[in-house]
Amino acid sequence: MSDTDLIGRGAREGKRLFTEWFDGLTEAAERDDPAAYVFVMGSLAEVLRSFDLDVVFPEINSLQTAVKKISGEYLGEAEDYGYSPDICGYVKADVALQLRGGEHPLGRVPRPTVAVLTNACNTYIKWAEIWERLHDTPVFTIDVPGSRSAPGVVSASRADFARDLDYVEHQIRELIYLLEEITGRRFDIDAFRDRLWHANAMSRAWHRVLEINRSSPAPYDAVTEGTIYLGVANAFRGTGEGARYFEDLVEELEERRRLGLTPSGDEEQHRLIFVGVPCYPIFRRFYELFSEWGGAFVSSTYLWFASGGLDEEFQYDLEDPVRSLAEGVLRGVRSATDSMLFHDRALLRAIDDYRADGVVFHPVKSCRTVSTGLADSRRAVLEERDVQCLYIESDMMDDRVVSEAQLKNRIDAFFEGLRSRELRLAAEESKAPAGAGAS
Amino acid sequence: MTHAAGVDVGSTQTKAVVVDDRERIVGRSLIETGANVVTAAERAYREALAEAGLEEEAIGRVIGTGYGRYKVEFGDDQVSEISCHARGAGRMFPATLTVLDMGGQDTKAIRAEGGDVLDFCMNDKCSAGTGRFLQSAAAALGLELDELGPTALAGESPVEISTTCTVFAESEVLSWLARDKRIEDILLGVHRSIARRSIALLRRVGIEPEITFTGGVARNEAMVAVLEEMLETRLNVSEESHYMGALGAALFALERAAAPIGASAGEEVA
Repeated sequence: MSDTDLIGRGAREGKRLFTEWFDGLTEAAERDDPAAYVFVMGSLAEVLRSFDLDVVFPEINSLQTAVKKISGEYLGEAEDYGYSPDICGYVKADVALQLRGGEHPLGRVPRPTVAVLTNACNTYIKWAEIWERLHDTPVFTIDVPGSRSAPGVVSASRADFARDLDYVEHQIRELIYLLEEITGRRFDIDAFRDRLWHANAMSRAWHRVLEINRSSPAPYDAVTEGTIYLGVANAFRGTGEGARYFEDLVEELEERRRLGLTPSGDEEQHRLIFVGVPCYPIFRRFYELFSEWGGAFVSSTYLWFASGGLDEEFQYDLEDPVRSLAEGVLRGVRSATDSMLFHDRALLRAIDDYRADGVVFHPVKSCRTVSTGLADSRRAVLEERDVQCLYIESDMMDDRVVSEAQLKNRIDAFFEGLRSRELRLAAEESKAPAGAGAS
Repeated sequence: MTHAAGVDVGSTQTKAVVVDDRERIVGRSLIETGANVVTAAERAYREALAEAGLEEEAIGRVIGTGYGRYKVEFGDDQVSEISCHARGAGRMFPATLTVLDMGGQDTKAIRAEGGDVLDFCMNDKCSAGTGRFLQSAAAALGLELDELGPTALAGESPVEISTTCTVFAESEVLSWLARDKRIEDILLGVHRSIARRSIALLRRVGIEPEITFTGGVARNEAMVAVLEEMLETRLNVSEESHYMGALGAALFALERAAAPIGASAGEEVA
């Protein structure tokens, strides 16, 4: 395969897969096929797909309305219906979608036959209650015990982890009984093993994708391209297509790395870590506000907490598949919440691993789960590392609170500070006595 | 002799400063921005040149700053007002480590060293805690902006202004009037309310003396007094505080005018 075919394949294939996926959902909606509504933080897609259920991600449906620049219509409809401007934009866009009978800019979304969720986010629980009221949807909520302390302190060898695992495993076995009842099919453990096998392959490749961007220059942009990869990872989890996509993606990114290509085509001048959820209403423009200054997002916490635990180096044990899925859910949900609750630890590691010189904190109005505490994380990072930090607020869905002029002002000042800092460090280095720092 | 200029196109007012090659201000002007930002920038620049007694040819470089910086069409570069206020404050008070800039629509807390920005925070999506809040209070009380400071300084028992919204400030002021509170005490309460919000911003970047207070509101002696009392320290306030952004822009322009050709924003000089 020539470089021309290889470079950009991930973006092209990602787009194709998404188009096909929404086409599939549209057909499922027309046939009134059973569909399971799930969330990215602990989707349990592996077990749902083993029952051949179509898996629907309301978060992805909602964010796509913002990318397509029509989220305002959906949010307005939900607010007219009675929802407050202050609550999660994803929820409101989905409410409008349900009121429109599944009408979506990319097709039509089937009604929920069952909703499966975890307590990774409080809003998930209230959100599912809306489907319960609108459609009499059975809702199955898995209560995942959170970490009792910062990551690394609680390990699998601890007795409490084993008890937590028993607790989650029992809940998953209850879910399997419910799915048998709803679908009228017996649980097929071999079909389930196949799903886990594909998920293992995807997880290995995903880990490598994250790792590749430690190179300088970083071959892909973690906010724009990374979010496309994340979408495929969630939507195609446990499928052969998903696993193949990521194995191919690794091949492409390795080649981009070998060739020293940058996502913008320009020189990588500043390596940045993004913290939070992307600004979907101006998704591309947001990236440009940074790339115009030579800023490259080498990592994003979104690729950790919204990947359903793929960022964990965990492989399902196919010999004990149900318990192993329980362990994956337990680890994945904990990883997601820890990525939010113990930001500082993970960020400090990432700053070192990715050799970042700046961190961009992006709290959003409509998601307090991911935004609370970012100001504290920022302070903690500044105390521990000599990096430049930027704190900018906007939203993931609501363009009424996205002010490009205000964002640009802060972003320009951030880069001006970053440049001054680099010049100051260079001046200090040139003043240092000859031989200083040589090992 | 090389001169340079900075034009700060703010949301309310546009300021221009001309400096000589020893970083001294030789011309300045201040006008209302109005609806035509391009014209405002040009007018302010011409007036500053006139005050300096210079022709345009004498200016080596012009830098635009403020929200309308990209509308300074005759300018050579743009620099954000955050960097410019830090640079201006560093020039006027070299020991500055913290800058508080209070303008018409935003307030900035900046950590700086040697005139370079280390960190900053700004108010987001809301102009409570900025000069606009004072304007609303002045409108409700039928006072001119210049009268606010002296009136507030005569306050003895400040009222508690609880609102966090500029739009509601007016009705809250009126409600205190209806309860027969003295205008002086109401205004002192307004100043304390703005000061509290500004100090919260300062805490986010860390408060390190010396602190320099810049922007149009720095001319308000009551605001200076209230901030000094709450922060328990003296603030640096320059006669040129209103022009600090434009001064910073002019200093960047001077620095870049002296640099080799091609060295501008984003191009580091080896």
